[in-house]
Amino acid sequence: MATQHSRSAARLMMAPAVILLLGWMLVPLTMTLFFSFKKYLPLRGDSMANGLEWVGFDNYVRFVSSSSFWPSIQATLIIVGGVLAITIVLGVLLAILLDQPMWGQGIVRILVIAPFFVMPTVSALVWKNMFMDPVNGLLAHLWRAFGAEPVQWLSQASLPSLIMIVSWQWLPFATLILLTAIQSLDSEQLEAAEMDGAPVLKRFWFIVLPHLSRAITIVILIQTIFLLALFAEIFVTTGGAFGTKTLSYLIFQRVLESQNVGLGSAGGVYAIILANIVAIFLMRIVGKNLDA
Amino acid sequence: MGRIVLDQVSKSFGEVEVIPPLDLTIEDGEFTVFVGPSGCGKSTLLRLIAGLEDSSGGHIRIDGADATNVPPAKRGLAMVFQSYALYPHMSVRKNIAFPLRMAKLDQVEIDRRVDGAAAVLNLGDYLDRRPGQLSGGQRQRVAIGRAIVREPAAFLFDEPLSNLDAALRVGMRLEISELHKRLQTTMVYVTHDQVEAMTMADKIVVLHAGRVEQVGSPLELYRAPRNTFVAGFIGSPKMNLLEGPEAAKHNARTIGTRPEHIAISETDGEWAGTVGVSEHLGSDTFFHVKCDAFPEPLTVRASGEMTVGYGAKVFLTPDPAHLHRFDEQGLRLE
Repeated sequence: MATQHSRSAARLMMAPAVILLLGWMLVPLTMTLFFSFKKYLPLRGDSMANGLEWVGFDNYVRFVSSSSFWPSIQATLIIVGGVLAITIVLGVLLAILLDQPMWGQGIVRILVIAPFFVMPTVSALVWKNMFMDPVNGLLAHLWRAFGAEPVQWLSQASLPSLIMIVSWQWLPFATLILLTAIQSLDSEQLEAAEMDGAPVLKRFWFIVLPHLSRAITIVILIQTIFLLALFAEIFVTTGGAFGTKTLSYLIFQRVLESQNVGLGSAGGVYAIILANIVAIFLMRIVGKNLDA
Repeated sequence: MGRIVLDQVSKSFGEVEVIPPLDLTIEDGEFTVFVGPSGCGKSTLLRLIAGLEDSSGGHIRIDGADATNVPPAKRGLAMVFQSYALYPHMSVRKNIAFPLRMAKLDQVEIDRRVDGAAAVLNLGDYLDRRPGQLSGGQRQRVAIGRAIVREPAAFLFDEPLSNLDAALRVGMRLEISELHKRLQTTMVYVTHDQVEAMTMADKIVVLHAGRVEQVGSPLELYRAPRNTFVAGFIGSPKMNLLEGPEAAKHNARTIGTRPEHIAISETDGEWAGTVGVSEHLGSDTFFHVKCDAFPEPLTVRASGEMTVGYGAKVFLTPDPAHLHRFDEQGLRLE
């Protein structure tokens, strides 16, 4: 982009994409904002054609004062935090394991990535019916084999079960990114550390982990964005019962189950604010890490 | 404090024998250079001494104690890598202090030694920077600093200057030699550059295909190469190795004469030839002369004042006192 001419040509050529993306984002955002200040209950006869009643911040107040608001925030944070912790710890360990030369490396790597290709709905159903079913599930059989009472996974341990399912889906992603990061580590650095008298664990702590810090922040950033919008897994397994109602699920219920568009839209605006708070924190951390 | 003895040490990677059984003694305080073309096993040999590779046979003794199966950290050796292998997320100070931290020295002692090393290597102003903010030469010095703070029995250098530009390389060469004179510690230095070997070494080990071709001081190797490989490898530009009837006249299969030991004249001499390309260095000029007696052109050094054009007829006369003779196996004849 050296000359004035090529710069303006570039702007012109980028314009369609920018306008499309901006419209894609701005139209729904404006509509959400618009509805959030309106009373809009389609089943009670409210419609755009008749004109909607302006209610100010009523929807916002009602959404927050509802008894399910704070539990939903808590459930969201527990799920996001739990999945992040599990995928990163196991992801680092798996990446180190997969980095070792071994027989059948190519096939093992493909198998490890496989869960990522399974659709969320499908994997949640597989887990629900084949593993966690208290009568016919594999885990129930396993419990019985040891003479224990099978766990009613999705009702008695609903949050841990969900975290397990979602971690299983996201572990391949974390592993893949961390594996490529580990492969880019200069082996001479490890050898130098070995000569410097650092045993295996210290080499991991002082050399490998700092080298991975950038990849880890990227994994955290991307996963957080997707995990905040977690929906299919909850819909298919618990349907929001047993304390698994996250913020995004609560919004879904407000709009589609209670048919209260205004209230749901106000929840949507809260979700945008929450996501942005998280994003600002993450960008700070990532920005610091990406500088180096 | 730093005598390294290799006793029948060998190394194979699977079926491939990289280093056949080899004996070598590196005396305490000596600056030893392993030199040879790429793939000759010199780096592997250094890594065997460091303990980064397991030897396939034989014994490595450091100061009399068998170190063959001792892990690298316990051998008391420090290594400077070709890529410097600095830890990119640590400041220069932390890089240099790393081996001391691993040895669990107390902070006061660590600071004292790091500051000492920084003073020796002129790194005082850079201690709080990260390696990514340093130039190639500074990174090199940090890598050396990390090695010297450990006060090792010997330093191992694996082609440390090959990533530097030519001017910096000459400077660092001097600094490393200076450091050796000051510390009087054993240094083992691997390079493919025979100029580095000649200028720095107390003892040069010429390696070829994992075998030791000759061990000796730079001048011994220059004056009396044991075979044609060493003759061709040591000295710059290369020695002219000549075969055919002219060699037979001297009762040898091959005769060798260095560019600096051939007199060039426009009027008379032993071998007639035509001048090809001439390389002017200012102080010297190197002529590539195609002689009728030999298929290969000869390299001849002349004073920088001499001017002979391309295609001019000249005569060459080798200095009989500096003529090297080699037999059928390429071994030196006295």
